[in-house]
Amino acid sequence: MNELTMIEAINLALSQQMRHDENIIVLGEDVGANGGVFRATDGLQQEFGEQRVFDTPLAESAIIGMSIGMASQGLKPIAEIQFMGFIYPAIDQILNHAARLRNRTRGRLSCPLVIRVPFGGGIHAPEHHSESTEAIFAHIPGLRVVIPSSPSRAYGLLNAAIQDPDPVIFLEPKRIYRDGKQAIIDDASTLPLDTCFILREGIDLSLISWGAMIKETLEAAELLAQKGIDAEVIDLATIKPLDIASIIDSVKKTGRCIIVHEAARTCGLGAEISALLAEKSITSLLAPIQRVTGYDTVMPMFKNEQHYMPSIQRIIKAAINAMEYR
Amino acid sequence: MITARIKRQQYLDTNGILNRPLPAHIDNREQLIELYQTLVTTRLFDEAAVNLQRTGIIGTYAQSRGQEAIGGAIGKAMLCDDVFIPYYRDIATQIQRGVRLEEILQYWGGDERGSCFAKQKHDFPLCVPIATQFCHAIGVAFALKQRANQNVAVVTGGDGSTSKGDFYEAINIAGAMSLPCLFVINNNQWAISVPIEHQTAAETIAHKAYAAGIESTQIEGNDPIAMLVGVQQALEKIRHSGKPFFIEAISYRICDHTTADDATRYMQAQALQDAIKKEPLIRYKKFLCQYYDWSNEEDLRVYHDSQQVVHQAVEDFQLIKQQQDGEFFDYMYQDLPVDLAEQKQTFLDELKRHE
Repeated sequence: MNELTMIEAINLALSQQMRHDENIIVLGEDVGANGGVFRATDGLQQEFGEQRVFDTPLAESAIIGMSIGMASQGLKPIAEIQFMGFIYPAIDQILNHAARLRNRTRGRLSCPLVIRVPFGGGIHAPEHHSESTEAIFAHIPGLRVVIPSSPSRAYGLLNAAIQDPDPVIFLEPKRIYRDGKQAIIDDASTLPLDTCFILREGIDLSLISWGAMIKETLEAAELLAQKGIDAEVIDLATIKPLDIASIIDSVKKTGRCIIVHEAARTCGLGAEISALLAEKSITSLLAPIQRVTGYDTVMPMFKNEQHYMPSIQRIIKAAINAMEYR
Repeated sequence: MITARIKRQQYLDTNGILNRPLPAHIDNREQLIELYQTLVTTRLFDEAAVNLQRTGIIGTYAQSRGQEAIGGAIGKAMLCDDVFIPYYRDIATQIQRGVRLEEILQYWGGDERGSCFAKQKHDFPLCVPIATQFCHAIGVAFALKQRANQNVAVVTGGDGSTSKGDFYEAINIAGAMSLPCLFVINNNQWAISVPIEHQTAAETIAHKAYAAGIESTQIEGNDPIAMLVGVQQALEKIRHSGKPFFIEAISYRICDHTTADDATRYMQAQALQDAIKKEPLIRYKKFLCQYYDWSNEEDLRVYHDSQQVVHQAVEDFQLIKQQQDGEFFDYMYQDLPVDLAEQKQTFLDELKRHE
């Protein structure tokens, strides 16, 4: 058992899986000698060689297109896109090919591929380095979208993503890459790719979040407890498929639901969760569902990013609104 | 200005006359006739497919008319264990690779099962989004290189595809990483309605590959002999060097872009008439007559036999059973996720209610 940060846990999962399965290939920009700009692939090229861990030219569409070609022939590519802001040239490949290859060939070819992408704000990064656009990928049939929120969940979910037979978009909340350590049992165990995690049990309201916002959400829950409000906190973790059953169970118990996400509000995952709750469990609601989210603006540059991202205060205010609703 | 010299390979002129000696290894009447049969079958199948579209039996279809020599040669030259990554105008190669004619009709008839090839389990399905296939090909080539058994990834595209970023990204990486990949561009002079001279200021398309550090050549794409020899030589080179190779095959699209297109809106009638005189089937027949005593009876027999094959395929295609209800849910993931299973059940219930 080791105490690891999230980035170390990701590195551990990668190296263990590569030792276990020689078909795994790691590719991306600066993933080789440099070990990735965040060091997620640190030491992998030294251990596994340039045939299995290699730097690509700066060509995101080709990184993913090439990975699709590899995956179709029995390899298991793990591609890193350096920042989410740079994934868009590859959307064509992801949407038109990675997500469709199994269906287009009726299972003759498939695309077991993991695309790792650091995402989200809060690290004072340059322009185009801080967005959260997970909903774009959740909208594409044929993909899985996974977001860890702690070192141990990053480890277990990445192990599972690598073993999954279909393409997985693995979004890494870079703000918490090094935000504390957690004990990891390095037994290569996996976590399910279709189940959310209840991080804190409560009876008064359900706070649903994922990624780095879990940090503020848990802190808000602690502060609410001091006010006598007992919040349940759920880490959605698998954005797609979305485990609505666990959320419904929680809301049946609490009657109140607040969704917290960093992404822009319109058509964000909060909208999908709200719709599903309304469709399947509207009578269990004692108060309107609320969304505490980023705004429908461009993510401000870092001088103002703290105003964009949901704060503990905004979460608490929404919680009190829900509790006071009559 | 220093420019790269790109060679243009040709054996047959438009009258089927050899302008250089035929390589000994293909100077075999039986094999040369087999190549002819390939071209004729592709032509007749292409015509049948257009008719099936006109009568509403299949959907929009992309013709190969006049470009059969390119795909036919690629298909003949490839080894079974090479991997083919085609674009949508590439049924000629598919036929040579053993994709069944009824599978091709099934695909253009709107049924995904047409891409679940009974043979050639590793080949890609036809690629519709332009130039994306080049990136798949370099990934396939990477996988083949790892296996170290000298197989080659062969990818095709049209002249239009060489304007796209994916084309440049792929040739650049193929060169930089030294991947066993053969790129064949069918330069049929048209990206739907836009002629090649409006698409690029490059002297040739082959120059684009030259700039990426890839050995490249032009081949007369209406010349079946030049195409066959050129692709064979390219594949041999790749197998021995492990490096990519690039062929720009010069042809002319003597047909509409697809059955949804009307080329008379943009193609000059005279240019089309000139191109038809250079097309591969006429040229190749003249070649066989000139050098191999090809008779009218033999020619009729080839057409008759090919027509039989095509007729049979059309009949077999029309007997294929519909997909299972809701099959379109079943291949999104290896295992159907709970939420999608729920959607499938809703769909099936709705279907039952309306029966």
